[in-house]
Amino acid sequence: MTYDETTLAQLTEDAAAIIARYPVKRSALLPMLHLVQSVDGFVSPDGIQFCAEQLDLTAAEVSAVATFYTQYKRRPNGEYQVGVCTNTLCAVMGGDRIWDELSEHVGVGHDETTEDGKITLERLECNAACDYAPVMMVNWEFFDNQTPESAKQVVDDLLAGKDVAPSRGPAKVACFKDVSRVLAGFEDGRADEDQGAGAATLAGLEVAKSQGWTEASK
Amino acid sequence: MTELVPVLSATWGAEKSWSLDTYTEAGGYAPLKKALGMAPGDIIQAVKDSGLRGRGGAGFPTGMKWGFLPPDDGLPRYLVVNADESEPGTCKDIPTMMSAPHQLIEGVAITSFAIGCNHAFIYLRGEVVHVYRRLLQAVREAYEAGHLGTNIHGSGFDLDVTVHAGAGAYICGEETALLDSLEGRRGQPRLKPPFPAVAGLYARPTVVNNVESVASVPAIVDKGVEWFTAMGTERSKGMGLFSLSGHVTRPGQYEAPLGITLRELLEMTGGIREGHELKFWTPGGSSTPIFTQDHLDTPLDYESVGAAGSMLGTRALQLFDETTCVVRAVTRWTEFYKHESCGKCTPCREGTYWLTQILKRIEAGRGTEADIQQLLDTCDSIAGRSFCALGDGATSSIISSVKLFREEYEAHVTAGGCPFDHAASALFAYSDTPATEEAHA
Repeated sequence: MTYDETTLAQLTEDAAAIIARYPVKRSALLPMLHLVQSVDGFVSPDGIQFCAEQLDLTAAEVSAVATFYTQYKRRPNGEYQVGVCTNTLCAVMGGDRIWDELSEHVGVGHDETTEDGKITLERLECNAACDYAPVMMVNWEFFDNQTPESAKQVVDDLLAGKDVAPSRGPAKVACFKDVSRVLAGFEDGRADEDQGAGAATLAGLEVAKSQGWTEASK
Repeated sequence: MTELVPVLSATWGAEKSWSLDTYTEAGGYAPLKKALGMAPGDIIQAVKDSGLRGRGGAGFPTGMKWGFLPPDDGLPRYLVVNADESEPGTCKDIPTMMSAPHQLIEGVAITSFAIGCNHAFIYLRGEVVHVYRRLLQAVREAYEAGHLGTNIHGSGFDLDVTVHAGAGAYICGEETALLDSLEGRRGQPRLKPPFPAVAGLYARPTVVNNVESVASVPAIVDKGVEWFTAMGTERSKGMGLFSLSGHVTRPGQYEAPLGITLRELLEMTGGIREGHELKFWTPGGSSTPIFTQDHLDTPLDYESVGAAGSMLGTRALQLFDETTCVVRAVTRWTEFYKHESCGKCTPCREGTYWLTQILKRIEAGRGTEADIQQLLDTCDSIAGRSFCALGDGATSSIISSVKLFREEYEAHVTAGGCPFDHAASALFAYSDTPATEEAHA
């Protein structure tokens, strides 16, 4: 491993905190792979070795797990993972067109990263926001009801180094490494940030209110 | 007219709806205190009597699942919440956890007490980071308030809760694959039996329940069995979140008694988008056979949807109007199953690969009449022949769409291409240019 002393000490301390959450050590592997991505920006050979040593596994066992899950990246990932949902519903509502235009605009295809290392594009599978189709995700924050123009604007802002805000979620999208640290189970103090619950989330509630329907009236 | 019944969704519009303060002000955690004063067996019996059925798709009675655990042997037993919401069309658990995470945490505490679990896990899909933030904070708040931890509210009951983020794999929504994943392995389904109730997480007795099922428990404890059974139909009791998406005027979450119809729901959602009409829809996600206008009045409960040839699933109603090419829709779903097949069972791994080849050929106008039969034959070779239901789900939309829209498949063959203007289906205006093959590779 080529981690310097400080990095290795921090990684080891974090790994101990993750392992302590589970009755059986090996359960810590998925969050630890997120942790490795928070340091290296991808699942690096060093990171695999580190996980193996911490969990008494072989590097082959760790690799076998890492390659199964799409969120673990085997090459240095862009600072921002930009995914356009092209599963059926989003695709039909316009996701296909958004993908085509965005991919052409950015100049990279699926699972490819821009030369400056800013953006990795991805064709996403369903991200559980179908009532906001077509959906785009940036570092796993929701960008709802997209158009080719809105998607390109987000990417242009990212390329220009500007902050971008999701439709639902925190005040701004954090970088890939910071988000990976949250996914390792470490709070970043941003849970109270909010962009509103979203019209579709509240749609039924609004109808019930306007009709005077409450659960208690049953 | 069936009325909506906001129970889980009741507080979603409140100021800081996700905070402990907001939840407590609305009466939250009173059900937990009530439950801690009950005998665990009585809570299980109440959930059995309520008729609550698994809200994650399969519809298995929740209380019965709890009752399958063997007698206490003094060693650990676990509750694992399936929060890996990934079935295409399904988008109910994510807003629940984003807007009211304490509803789930309280359900976890009551359920754990009822089944004798001292360490519960919430397995959340990894691609929803703000939901994870909210859950981590909610768990911390619950510990600080004494709703979790040791000797909860003086009851002598101890409970730890770990919220675990996955890393992108649809298959982990299958309960045994989820358990393997939670153990730090590739998410591949296990052969059953043994069922998780006997040998689940770390080979110990385990209950795996969906988010919405667990989140429904506090209300049942609080308001009682009769309140719950007064909603719904004879064998499908209570309320559920109906998620409408697609070509509908106001898509979103509509919490209603089971048994409501799509016709009734459409009245509340402003109908299909203006100037268009419903062509086909899924009642419960992409793994459930598709319906048409003929099913507008089918009561959306487990029995009625089943009798009509589909499944209630996750109540993920994806609606498509007459501009939508059914071959395109089904081809894309099939590509999804091919991508998400874990590869363990040959019929699913190879079958979804070949289905995709055939469908893409047909969609691109290079198919033959024989390809349509080949599709159905391949489906026969997949359905019922694998460890889990992923392969079965892959065949649902194909078989049902060939049955209902065979002429549309034939039209692709005879016309040598797709007869639909894809731009007409989109929710924004653009002029259709021929899609490049590479873009869909």
